[in-house]
Amino acid sequence: MSEAATLEAVTIDSEGDFSYPEEYAHDAGVGLSEETIDYISNVKGEADWIREFRKKALKTFESKPNPTHWASKDLDNIKFENIRYYLSKGQKPTRSWDEVPDDVKQTFERLGIPEKERKFLAGVEAQFDSEAAYSNIKVELEKDGVIFVNSTEGLREHPELFRKWFGKVIPTGDNKYSALNSAVFSGGSFIYVPPGVKVTHPLQAYFRINAENFGQFERTLIIVDEGAEVTYMEGCTAPKFETATLHSAVVELVAMDNAKIQYITVQNWSNNVFNLVTKRGIAHENAEIRWIDCNIGSRLTMKYPGVIMKGRKARGEVISIALANDGQHQDTGAKMVHAADETTSNVVSKSISVGQGRSTYRGLVHIPKHLKGCKNNTECDALLINSNSRTDTYPAISVRGNQHATQHEASVSQVSEDQIFYMQQRGLSEAEAMSLSVNGFVNDLVREFPMEYSVELKRLIDLEMEGSVG
Amino acid sequence: MSESLKIDDLKATVEGHEIIKGLSLTVPKGEVHAIMGPNGSGKSTLAKILAGHEDYEVTGGSVTMDGDDLLEMDVDDRSRAGFFLAFQYPLEIPGVSNANFLRAARQARLPKGEEIDAVAFYKEMYAKMDELGMDRKFTGRSVNEGFSGGEKKRNEILQMMMLDPRYAVLDETDSGLDIDALKVVAKGVNAMRSPERGFLVITHYQRLLDYIVPDVVHVLFDGRIVKTGDKDLALKLEAEGYDWVKDEVLASA
Ligand SMILES: Nc1ncnc2c1ncn2[C@@H]1O[C@H](COP(=O)(O)OP(=O)(O)O)[C@@H](O)[C@H]1O
Ligand SMILES: [Mg+2]
Repeated sequence: MSEAATLEAVTIDSEGDFSYPEEYAHDAGVGLSEETIDYISNVKGEADWIREFRKKALKTFESKPNPTHWASKDLDNIKFENIRYYLSKGQKPTRSWDEVPDDVKQTFERLGIPEKERKFLAGVEAQFDSEAAYSNIKVELEKDGVIFVNSTEGLREHPELFRKWFGKVIPTGDNKYSALNSAVFSGGSFIYVPPGVKVTHPLQAYFRINAENFGQFERTLIIVDEGAEVTYMEGCTAPKFETATLHSAVVELVAMDNAKIQYITVQNWSNNVFNLVTKRGIAHENAEIRWIDCNIGSRLTMKYPGVIMKGRKARGEVISIALANDGQHQDTGAKMVHAADETTSNVVSKSISVGQGRSTYRGLVHIPKHLKGCKNNTECDALLINSNSRTDTYPAISVRGNQHATQHEASVSQVSEDQIFYMQQRGLSEAEAMSLSVNGFVNDLVREFPMEYSVELKRLIDLEMEGSVG
Repeated sequence: MSESLKIDDLKATVEGHEIIKGLSLTVPKGEVHAIMGPNGSGKSTLAKILAGHEDYEVTGGSVTMDGDDLLEMDVDDRSRAGFFLAFQYPLEIPGVSNANFLRAARQARLPKGEEIDAVAFYKEMYAKMDELGMDRKFTGRSVNEGFSGGEKKRNEILQMMMLDPRYAVLDETDSGLDIDALKVVAKGVNAMRSPERGFLVITHYQRLLDYIVPDVVHVLFDGRIVKTGDKDLALKLEAEGYDWVKDEVLASA
């Protein structure tokens, strides 16, 4: 396609809201059945065990009801039979942006990915619909034995490592959407960091949905061996389509003894995306897993990152920020499962509801009776901007035995019209006033983020607030 | 044409009740006018209408600032056009530091794409805080959060100094201030008196006017200006209370 034709076909609204014409070499068609799975497995040339794993997962998915009895009834509006489960251009991920197809390359350039890579990243994977288009890691890291590839390649090139942990942190049947992902997963990252290797700069994955009626089901597995450290960052966007789009990822983390994983998500989905993601990590002895999860946008997000603290002195942390604007529902939280003595968990959740936006916090902290010296701190703060907003908190803290220290705090505050008026009287626009309040509310959390991401988050909040005042 | 903040036959209601009932008043640039009046007479209401608070519905009359229709502008446009209100009850903005707030307000006055000079900004802010006897720790604290009444009022004056308005309305800036703080604040305001700026100083007590000496004093009663005079009018009100004004108004009604 010529450059001019490409540009002309692009629909532009705001940042992230643009798409390129659909031209796919592989398209599994509409709807989900065993044939869909065969199609995906054939395109990928997968081993039989993976094909079987997928087919078993499909049965689990079909047998599980939508969890509308406790979650949003809006889940019933997902029409699984209308979704396209696999779309790719048949590209192999390249290590050079020059070899990436033009429209895909332009997409990521507009999202600023190559620039960020040059500035501060140790590696980048860029996924366009179902498959990665670009994947690169700094040569030094490769020499140290660090693996950073997409899941298709990970399964093919490193089956022994992959298989050992795949589906072990999050079993297929964990919930309906983890089963769906297990049936049709494609893309996502596979990372292995060998013992003692400390990756100083973040590895970044970027997930982009381009096609309408599409479901993106990336599968990420990160294994950080003894005493090793990594920070992984994911970003996601999609254009604003008329119809609903489904994003349903599964992310499994394994931190071996004394390892550290920091997993950062800054996502900015458009208003029609159902974002139903299962994320969990296992922390072995004295290991640390930290989820930093920023959810902006989407029609419905359901996401409760978890840490199973399996080894003594393991630490788990979830720091989350959710922003629910008009027509959005952020149903987020954290799961902390203490499974060894002297394990420590910390949950800090801040939600912002604007207009008709709705935020829900669901937490689970589990400390069984036979353990000693476990600690949990849970803090959930909600900010309401205008009286129609809604916020709910469902903290489930099951702590048995009396040899533990737990602490729980919750607060709800309002940005009143008079506060906005006061700020406007000083010359700030309504959107700027709201942004300033929201940034003020999340400030103490954001200070803990790596610089680049706090800047990114602030920019997204500004954009979202601009959109909310019309 | 002489420049002024001109309020002409202003009428306004809140929730259906008429509170401002045909109020006229002109503050020429370069002058300081005081409004005095008993509690509940409509002083803060007038101030908030001038700033554009949406609780109040203007049902008649006009307000112009140097000839421009003030009532037509959005709240933030009025501010950027040079209108400032020091609130009787300044609001708290949790999580937003005083310095960041001021910086955002200053940034909002720059053309799109132009960045504020942070070094110059801080230098200026510190100098003005020194003038007002404000400790540096206030830059990092959230706007007005946990401030004493007097600290909030000083902070309003700091904001006014940093935003350099053409017209400033001070709504009971004296309340909550002890005499030393009152002197500091008055000094700050007096330093800003200039042929390029007009002030409307709202107060319940005459005390403030010993330190900020007004050119003209208006008495607001029941939504109207019922008397206008020089600074001696304030002294008379202080000595005799508001009853004689009320009596005069009732007698003439
Ligand atoms: N938002 C409001 N809603 C209802 N009544 C109001 C509101 N604001 C002011 N009023 C009423 O208007 C009158 C004037 O109040 P105000 O302007 O605050 O007086 P002052 O500042 O002179 O003491 C009072 O009777 C007050 O109760
Ligand atoms: Mg008042």
